[in-house]
Amino acid sequence: MKSPVMTASGTFGYGLEYSQLIDVKKFGAIVTKTITLEPRIGNPQPRIVEVTGGMLNSIGLENPGAKVFIEEKLPKLKGYGVPIIANISGSREAEFVKLADLLKDIGLSGLELNISCPNVGYAGLFAQDADTTYKLVRKVRKVTSLPLIVKLTPNVTDITLIARAAEDGGANAISLINTLIGMSIDIQTKRPKLANVVGGLSGPAVKPVALRMVYEVSKKVRIPVIGMGGIMTSDDAIEFLLAGASAVAIGTANFVNPNTCCEIIEGIKRYMKNNKFSNILDIVGRINE
Amino acid sequence: MKIFNVKKEIIENKKVSSNCYRMTFESKEIACRVKPGQFLHIKCSDTYDPLLRRPISVHSIENNVIGILYKVIGRGTGLLSKKTSGDTIDVIGPLGNGFDYQLVSNCQLPILVGGGIGIAPLYFLAQRLVERGSNITVLIGADTKYNILCVDELKKLDCKVKVSTDDGSAGISGTVVDLLKNELIPANSKFKIQNAKFKIFTCGPVPMLKQVNQLASKYNVSSQVSLERQMACGVGACMGCSIKIRNPKSEIRKNKMFDYKQVCKDGPVFDIKEIAWEEM
Ligand SMILES: Cc1cc2nc3c(=O)[nH]c(=O)nc-3n(C[C@H](O)[C@H](O)[C@H](O)COP(=O)(O)OP(=O)(O)OC[C@H]3O[C@@H](n4cnc5c(N)ncnc54)[C@H](O)[C@@H]3O)c2cc1C
Ligand SMILES: Cc1cc2nc3c(=O)[nH]c(=O)nc-3n(C[C@H](O)[C@H](O)[C@H](O)COP(=O)(O)O)c2cc1C
Ligand code: FES
Repeated sequence: MKSPVMTASGTFGYGLEYSQLIDVKKFGAIVTKTITLEPRIGNPQPRIVEVTGGMLNSIGLENPGAKVFIEEKLPKLKGYGVPIIANISGSREAEFVKLADLLKDIGLSGLELNISCPNVGYAGLFAQDADTTYKLVRKVRKVTSLPLIVKLTPNVTDITLIARAAEDGGANAISLINTLIGMSIDIQTKRPKLANVVGGLSGPAVKPVALRMVYEVSKKVRIPVIGMGGIMTSDDAIEFLLAGASAVAIGTANFVNPNTCCEIIEGIKRYMKNNKFSNILDIVGRINE
Repeated sequence: MKIFNVKKEIIENKKVSSNCYRMTFESKEIACRVKPGQFLHIKCSDTYDPLLRRPISVHSIENNVIGILYKVIGRGTGLLSKKTSGDTIDVIGPLGNGFDYQLVSNCQLPILVGGGIGIAPLYFLAQRLVERGSNITVLIGADTKYNILCVDELKKLDCKVKVSTDDGSAGISGTVVDLLKNELIPANSKFKIQNAKFKIFTCGPVPMLKQVNQLASKYNVSSQVSLERQMACGVGACMGCSIKIRNPKSEIRKNKMFDYKQVCKDGPVFDIKEIAWEEM
């Protein structure tokens, strides 16, 4: 990877949407919007609501399905010369396995297993239980030699147990965190603002929670942790690296400032130079306690 | 098409009705590319409150000066209204598609139908249609006479302007849809075929647009509509602004009648027949 900064799934489309606006070549990787085996229409409108310091979304994994991704999106994406990581999800183990198999020899740099989306009833279940997480990762591991990143939900009692289960199942990295389940109510109509009632909270508001989870998990697993959740600036990103993340992903910030990834890449370089660090490993996990 | 993220000095930000403002700033990169119906994604605050940008249509282009016309709704537009000349504003654009005004033939009569702040993008459309020599009728509806926007400016462009207010304080007492009926019915009663000569461009609240749709289909007038949806990214990356589009051949399982399209990328302008209005 050219840099430790990548996009967070679902916030950068298939990498093509922002390409007229920014130079994606500098990115460490592009992580795609979640792909499922069949196309999905997602949840009813409204799907996004702004809250103080963040947003709630209940997109519900709207996506054109694996076939369209492979035939239409991926060939264009490859043109950037940036590592592409496909984020995948399914309603059953078998779907994850089938997708992983389908995506194995098409030039991807890795797979991120989204077993943590709060907006589709089922998939959250995987990452809310250590045993199902372990079994799922192990099954996917058997069909692909691509690096496997397992993306976990913060909506659990002890995130470290799930992370350990993913590692034991054969994950190459853990990404933390997916969105926190939240809600918002319109006091005039007395109705929930999201059609789906609840949705995933992201943005600056979730950063302390994400940071804490990265800190806890990185101490308990041997594989790299990719940190995300409310990263808006290079200072935020450096906090995650110090807490133990080996790389960071940028989500909601892309909506606010599409150039965030590039600015963070520059900011990390500046921080390293100012502190006379020559290697990113001089920062990773180097929190003073 | 290329999209720009620019930070520009505000030239003017002026109150034009009880709750609407007009702001101008210069941006050559956007001004020379933008089409009527396209929009800008504007950062209303220098902090993270509010966090997301606000979609606002381009209202006018004069040389390289871009005008926006916006209604104060909540925190974002409230903060925008507090900005003064000399302050900077952070803008992404041009975004979305625009009205296909270039397809309007010389013998067609464009009717622009704006409800409330919906007139904002239609003024820019009128500017471009006038340049092409079209004979334009603009129908404007508002709650009261204090909130009718752009009448003088449109008259200056030589547009035929008709007004309706809910309280009857100006123009006819009724809605902009009543005005539209009056435009379409005379032609229809004589020569049904004549409606082929009209082309409707409309923007406004959804209940109004639904009625425009009913009229347009009744009289078989080709129509384009500009829609609104809450947006996060504005470029088609987040799927936050999806709407249902009629498609009997949709491949999406379990819901064979519809496809989704994104208002920000595939819209905000759509053919009125495309929209699944019963789902809006
Ligand atoms: C393509 C497009 C073009 C637009 N052009 C104009 C224009 O030219 N002039 C104008 O006055 N308004 C326009 N709007 C509506 C404008 O974006 C909203 O009024 C504005 O976002 C309200 O923000 P707020 O912070 O003041 O209100 P709040 O109520 O605080 O907003 C809260 C959230 O709801 C969203 N939201 C609220 N109302 C709307 C709405 N009607 N449409 C979309 N999102 C909304 C906001 O973006 C924000 O995320 C346009 C909307 C779209 C989608
Ligand atoms: C609009 C939106 C859509 C998202 N879609 C997905 C998705 O499809 N798959 C996924 O794994 N995560 C998805 N996420 C979660 C993000 O990838 C990320 O984990 C989360 O938003 C926290 O990071 P942030 O605060 O930087 O946005 C989505 C987030 C948002 C805001
Ligand atoms: S606002 Fe993100 S897809 Fe339209």
